[in-house]
Amino acid sequence: MVNTSAYISSRRSCITIMILVLLIIALFPLCLTTGAVEIPLSEVANALLGQPVEKHTWEVIILETRLPMACTAALAGAALAVAGLLLQTTFDNPLAGPSILGISSGSSLGVAIVMLSLGGVIGGSIGGYMSVLLGAIIGAGVVMLILLAFSSIVKSTAMLLIIGVMVSYLASSAISLLNFFSTQEGVHSYVIWGLGNFSGITLDRLPTFALLIIVALLLSFMMAKPLNALLLGSRYAENLGVNLKATRNQLLILSGVLTAIVTAYCGPIGFIGLIVPHIARLALRSSNHTTLLPTTALAGATIALLCNYISVYPSATGIIPINAITPIIGVPIIIYIIINRKKILYLN
Amino acid sequence: MKTTILSTQDLTAGYYVGKKKSPILERLNLTLNAGELVCLLGANGIGKSTLLRTLSGVQTPLEGKISIAGKDMSQCSARQLSRLISIVYTDRTLAGALTVQEVVSLGRHPYTGFFGRLDIDDKTIVWQAMEAVGITHLAQKHIATLSDGERQKTMIARALAQQTPIIILDEPTAFLDVASRIETMQLLHSLAHNQNKAILLSSHDISQSLVLAHRLWLLRNDRTMIDGMTEELIMKGELEHLFANREVIFDYNIGDFLAKPTIIHQVSLHCENNTLKHWLSNALLRNNIGIAENKEIIISATDINTIKISYQKGNYIVGGIEELIAQLEDIIG
Repeated sequence: MVNTSAYISSRRSCITIMILVLLIIALFPLCLTTGAVEIPLSEVANALLGQPVEKHTWEVIILETRLPMACTAALAGAALAVAGLLLQTTFDNPLAGPSILGISSGSSLGVAIVMLSLGGVIGGSIGGYMSVLLGAIIGAGVVMLILLAFSSIVKSTAMLLIIGVMVSYLASSAISLLNFFSTQEGVHSYVIWGLGNFSGITLDRLPTFALLIIVALLLSFMMAKPLNALLLGSRYAENLGVNLKATRNQLLILSGVLTAIVTAYCGPIGFIGLIVPHIARLALRSSNHTTLLPTTALAGATIALLCNYISVYPSATGIIPINAITPIIGVPIIIYIIINRKKILYLN
Repeated sequence: MKTTILSTQDLTAGYYVGKKKSPILERLNLTLNAGELVCLLGANGIGKSTLLRTLSGVQTPLEGKISIAGKDMSQCSARQLSRLISIVYTDRTLAGALTVQEVVSLGRHPYTGFFGRLDIDDKTIVWQAMEAVGITHLAQKHIATLSDGERQKTMIARALAQQTPIIILDEPTAFLDVASRIETMQLLHSLAHNQNKAILLSSHDISQSLVLAHRLWLLRNDRTMIDGMTEELIMKGELEHLFANREVIFDYNIGDFLAKPTIIHQVSLHCENNTLKHWLSNALLRNNIGIAENKEIIISATDINTIKISYQKGNYIVGGIEELIAQLEDIIG
């Protein structure tokens, strides 16, 4: 009963996870040293370890700006990637993702309502931040409710996906209308937010963000068993005793919460939720969620850190918006998958 | 004595259109026994899938009752049902990147804990299920790399791993080549026999079903159903009603449906060799020539190279079936 190929496949997942961890460990210092000011690695280490640093401003830059930014990137990437995976399995559709289903748009609409009604004065106030977060969660929640309501009427997941796309269009049109009727400052801060960035979270807000994301991620990891059953299709899953309705609702809520939290803090970030689950499945050569979920989270963190590094790399001109970078990584991967779809295991 | 594992009392299966009931099959009284392979036969669109869905608990009956393992099915929880009935569909799944062993392991789903971890017993059961189906050599292959027949076997092994007394299969042989079709049916037959499972499947493969099914559920064209032992139903002529009003007839010797022949001429055929006689009449029928007693033209054959045609104008000896047909066409005109 012991067979070598089972050993090989578990070795493959070990190696994949190890490589991802190493990449994260490598990308972190890169993100901390690079930016408008180049800071040597040794000084970064000193700042992190609480040792005296050559210049006080370096210490401030690292602890107040770059460290929270890198942590935010890693957590946001993991969250979006896992949200995408949950949606892809729930909807039986490899092209599902938080952006496509309108969850990001819902969050954006919530944020737009908050920002534009406050006229762009969300500056530093805690209240402003909380209302943006609330707006995002309510916005995502409303889209979720719409999808859930339709999911009891529309049995086909493909149709539900199309409803998601339609809802997303509606949200975008509402956002355009809001922009049209709001002040210039409001529009400006909304547009900046909409470009996506990981620098919106200060060190003192990081623990809350991290806690929220980590709890939602752990809850998602606990869905591995029903997710695997869903791979056989809803009819088989039902026959295996999976409560389809409850499971689908839990999965939609989890992915909604993950997306809303990230969207509130970082703006609507595209492509990560869509492509990272594919990268993880291709690397593992498996869609067994027991290993796929953690691998997707790690790969999401890796890709987001990479995007973060690219965004700060041309130091002089400031930070490139994340949403300008994710398509550059995402589109080639999607095209690769489409071209090779006959050879890709999980699509056959 | 046979143990009945599933039975229906005045079951009406169908759909709700809004609040209105739209019955498809009405007042069915069926029984399914342990250790039996039952084939559900009927024309397309007659309601086979609806019946299977209803019996497997996916669809609620419009009226009547289903009893399963002594309980009323409507009182069973999803978890209880998942330990009583396993289902095999022919749908394509998203499981291409799972290995055969992983898919078969999913059959343990109703028994494993929150995280779905398999203990030693579960692993043994999974392995035994793969052994029973003969796919242990594929254990680590990805589903995407399998042939249709191997996929079907994997799904059957998955159903076995679910350890349910009943297995329901919706056209399990639909997309298989002849060899896989026969192997799969043979496999299901032996599983019913060796593991005392009640196996219910719908099929369009009449000849295999008649060979291997202990019982038949015949869904006739008027949507009535007859349930009985295979050979008894055949001998009672029930198969003839299966496709009533269609251009087919049931051939009692072959045990399958054939096109209704158009007979323009008739001849008499004498042949001691039954195989030769069968294929001679097959060739004659294809050329619209029927076989009957005491006809003007008499064909007598001893072997394939010596076929004699006798009629009023004389006798011919022909050296093969092709020549026979050509000669007959000349005679008949």
